[in-house]
Amino acid sequence: MSFRKYLVLAGVTLFSAVGDTLLARGMKETGSISLQHLSSIFLVVLHPGVALGIFFLFAFFACYLTALSWADLTYVLPATSLSYVLVALVARFWLHENVSLSRWLGVVLISLGVGFVTQGPALTHKPRAAGSHSSAEPAVTEAQQ
Amino acid sequence: MSQIYAWCAVAVIVLMSTAGDVLLSRAMKQVGHVGQVWRSRGLFVVIGRTLANPNFLLGVAAMATAFYSLLFGLSWGDMSLVVPASASLTFVASAVAAKLFLHEHVDRRRWLAALLVAVGVVLLAR
Repeated sequence: MSFRKYLVLAGVTLFSAVGDTLLARGMKETGSISLQHLSSIFLVVLHPGVALGIFFLFAFFACYLTALSWADLTYVLPATSLSYVLVALVARFWLHENVSLSRWLGVVLISLGVGFVTQGPALTHKPRAAGSHSSAEPAVTEAQQ
Repeated sequence: MSQIYAWCAVAVIVLMSTAGDVLLSRAMKQVGHVGQVWRSRGLFVVIGRTLANPNFLLGVAAMATAFYSLLFGLSWGDMSLVVPASASLTFVASAVAAKLFLHEHVDRRRWLAALLVAVGVVLLAR
């Protein structure tokens, strides 16, 4: 794992936490969406907070796809779950929601899970899948990056 | 009552994002190492390959469904409930799906992580 790859994983964590928080804040200001007025869920993207949240989630998505191109799904997903630790902190100190002791314990367990996974290898070694483009690429080793 | 709506939204989010995660993971393995392809062929080749990948398009459709369910869920419940519950349950479901459909080597370390996150979710949902 190169430094650049850790940066990508950090981007996954940070952007999804910021994006989710902005979305939640925007949705609370917009109010409840009723099943009778389904069209309002498409108009909600015009709210500035929601729009900015969506922008951050796009950044998250780019980092997420990049990470998936060189790591297993079961490696990248725990990294994304680190964002709940950030979300809990933001929910407590910015949105002023009540975060109970048991929720904090949940946050700790998730962090432990992420810690375990990142100790292991990032990618399962197996023969190249049929239809893969990557076999045609010039080999670039970790050292060259 | 809104709690029931929120949990229904969570169920849809878990199902759709697990399908999306598996499809996107498969798509990006077919696209190839993004950093390497970017350096050797340029960014537009990376974007072009990704957008032309059928697994990617299906994955995005599943993710979009999950995303709009998330918007519903967030307007009905606390974000510190809906966001962690749906996305962490997705993590557990995806670990199983990754083993079954992507044939990833999910070793003891990764199962333990899945268990810890699952317990973490239960605690978060209280």
